[in-house]
Amino acid sequence: MPALLCAPFRIARPQAVEAARLIVALVALAFVALPAKAAVDIQKVESESGVTAWLVEDYSVPLISVRFAFEGGSIQEPAGQEGLARLMSGLFDEGAGGLDRAAFQEQLDQSGAEMSFDSGADAFYGSMRMLAEEREAAFSLLALAVNAPRFDPEPLARISSQLANRIAARENDPDTKASIAWASAIYGDHPYARRQEGTPETLAAITADDLRAFHRRLFARGNLVVGVVGAIDAETLKTELDKVFGSLPAEPDLQPVEVVEPKVDQKILLEFDLPQASLRLAYPGMRRDDPRFFAAYLMNHILGGGTFSSRLFEEVREKRGLAYGVGSTIVNRDYSSALMIGTSTRADRAQETLSVIRDVVKTMAEEGPSEQELADAKNYVLGAYAINNLDTSSAIARTLVDLQIEELGMDYIERREELIGAVTLDEVREAARLLLSGEPAVMIVGPADEAGKEG
Amino acid sequence: MIFADRSARLPVLRIVLALVFCVGAVPAALAETTAQDEESRVTRHVLDNGLEIIVIPDHRAPVVTHMLWYKTGSADETPGKSGIAHFFEHLMFKGTTNHGPGEFSRRVAEIGGQENAFTSYDYTAYFQQVTPEALETMMAFEADRMRNLVLSDEVIGPERDVIIEERNSRVENEPGALLGEEVDATLYQNHPYGIPVIGWMHEIEELNRADAIAFYERYYAPNNAVLVVAGDVTAEQVRTLAEATYGKVARGPDLPPRIRPKEPEQNTSRTVTLTDARVTRPSFRKAWVVPSYSTAEPGEAEALDLLSEILGGGVRSRAYETLVVEKGIASSVGAYFQSDALDDTSFEIYGAPRGDATLAEVEAAMDAEISRIVDDGVTEKELAMAKKRYVRSMIFARDSQQGMARIYGATLATGGTIEDIEEWPRRIEAVTAEQVKSAARRYLSPDRSVTGYLLPATEERS
Repeated sequence: MPALLCAPFRIARPQAVEAARLIVALVALAFVALPAKAAVDIQKVESESGVTAWLVEDYSVPLISVRFAFEGGSIQEPAGQEGLARLMSGLFDEGAGGLDRAAFQEQLDQSGAEMSFDSGADAFYGSMRMLAEEREAAFSLLALAVNAPRFDPEPLARISSQLANRIAARENDPDTKASIAWASAIYGDHPYARRQEGTPETLAAITADDLRAFHRRLFARGNLVVGVVGAIDAETLKTELDKVFGSLPAEPDLQPVEVVEPKVDQKILLEFDLPQASLRLAYPGMRRDDPRFFAAYLMNHILGGGTFSSRLFEEVREKRGLAYGVGSTIVNRDYSSALMIGTSTRADRAQETLSVIRDVVKTMAEEGPSEQELADAKNYVLGAYAINNLDTSSAIARTLVDLQIEELGMDYIERREELIGAVTLDEVREAARLLLSGEPAVMIVGPADEAGKEG
Repeated sequence: MIFADRSARLPVLRIVLALVFCVGAVPAALAETTAQDEESRVTRHVLDNGLEIIVIPDHRAPVVTHMLWYKTGSADETPGKSGIAHFFEHLMFKGTTNHGPGEFSRRVAEIGGQENAFTSYDYTAYFQQVTPEALETMMAFEADRMRNLVLSDEVIGPERDVIIEERNSRVENEPGALLGEEVDATLYQNHPYGIPVIGWMHEIEELNRADAIAFYERYYAPNNAVLVVAGDVTAEQVRTLAEATYGKVARGPDLPPRIRPKEPEQNTSRTVTLTDARVTRPSFRKAWVVPSYSTAEPGEAEALDLLSEILGGGVRSRAYETLVVEKGIASSVGAYFQSDALDDTSFEIYGAPRGDATLAEVEAAMDAEISRIVDDGVTEKELAMAKKRYVRSMIFARDSQQGMARIYGATLATGGTIEDIEEWPRRIEAVTAEQVKSAARRYLSPDRSVTGYLLPATEERS
């Protein structure tokens, strides 16, 4: 009579590429199509202090999910303070206002709410999930965390050393080394090449004053977006929004960031004596606000995007059994975009795998997809949105925030079906030619004899 | 095509699991009785051919999760054929006599659906997430591949290469995963839980078409499966569609009871050490064989659940408070109870040092935390808070259709019932501090444990 499931499932889609960076980007990029029928009734709520939120009311489960983002993530860190945003994200439930760590966590536990913060390259995120009947207590704790984090010495030292330990523990890990080498090869001196997790040295140097200064710069009403889903009405939400965000400064203090084109046409070789070699390729991407974005997105879907039937999946895995996973994604950041391909394959067939990938890309660049492939891709991206993005209230809250960050508008859900439907085969072929014709950046990580060969 | 394995016991995952998966239904005290609740009642129905059907209505979005669970996993494999259950899971995505290779996946993709599958020690499951209109098509395809799979050497060869690469990615490339395999292989002296779900490399390499066909014919039949449908549907609709699709599949021969080799009495403490150049920071894990919900006496598995929560279930646990916050000697610590196994299962603790502290100090401090519970028990407040966290996690679980389908599927596929899930909160509530203490005393003895050390190539264990 097993009454509950505690199996440690590792839910990884086989086509997911190995680079964590790519996986994150894939997730961030997933909001690309929503069938009109995926009825999400969004209300725009504006509080007295001018904080706005998108709200989806739903009373079928007695929960409220809150998600918010402040524009400006780790790229806003001062040079030499890498890891600042990540460290800050670990300290919001470690004491705030008049409550030290123990008191804060005790109250959080009592209120039955879960609070989490995380930092991205371009934004700083917070989430809270609470039982509707504990709403007031939960929002009060969130208000304390957002406005008055304490950054006390013990939690600061502890979280900092936990982060440093995690970094040190991966120091000899080939994948980690590969990610670092890849980022600096692709982004050069740009902040995107910096390690978001920082280094043990940068983390050790960060003080509570650094954290307070960074908090003051980032946390403002002017760069804030909020999404709320669940058992709460607009009027009640207004009160809670003022409680949590009403006292923040009107505008943040963000430094301008340069746009960076990923550096293509280069080869990076990293030698490791392992049974598997991993491959990464980078091509130019397509900006999210480019009118040709959907053509590029559909093209990428056919090439190696999210399904078991992409061209790369078919050629690399299904026909030849060369890899467990292979995929491509358009990585869109605020100041850069790229199309990236990744896989891990048996070392003695790394060159063969690379050449299969290059062939698939070449054919796509020269001929584009077929009419049928495009029709299938459109069906997929139209249908997949609700399933990928709207299946839990936390997922819906996340989507509400992402839509606001991308400035896509509340009517985007209806518009997107039209936008996707309107993409022509010629436009997709043009996107393929534009993105895939040039020489990519290629990185091979693996045994010396394989990594060193000309590919 | 994923699988669940035990090597994934990372602290962060432990926390996520505690909040998302280790849950049952909402306790009666918290659920208001309304017409809506009546509609969302979980129901069970059995087709004439033996297929068990569980329906979990959830009408918030036009999405349905269709999950078919087979009551077979890696622990059911024939000796020498490790990995066949997982390999076979991959082969289920090949063609049938009615549909060419990849056609099912293409159909799912065409409508924007999601699909995947996973294998564990005791079960194998396949699922799709689609709009309700597509449910019948999914059922038709799934029923078709229950019987009509085409297993040619042309599909077997490349797919075996794929799972070899999968093993490389998940295990050979990860020192922590390699150590986990060795700890399990040492912990279980007789039971197949000591064999990795994905299989040993040398046995995977030898798997062939005859093995696949034998596995298919033995285990893939409606009377060895549980269908779980969660989402925007009614029990009535699911029953009608299932009868029209799965209902046409003939019942297979009755399988004998799943009686696996039993563990002998364990009375040694063993250690396993892996040194690897890729490891820069040492860590340890310690495991014991303990009863699961299937094999425990009443209340015992519930007590082990609460013990794992109080001892090492996140930032409010004793291990975190003492070793990480107060003493500052550990960067990570935790405890984990694999509760849902069909047979006796494992309870684990783990830890890694911080700063100048040594691995031995962290291990000794963890042992001291266990001794403290064995000798002095847990406080009423700790117990109450741990129970409250469990109950809360069950309400949060209702938010995830797929999570709910997994809870019911895993329970039913390992011999449990809907009632077990619904009564679970009350059974958790009933656990006393004395029961938690005696579970620790009875099972977490240093004299019959396995400790695994993961060390840098140059590290001396002090």
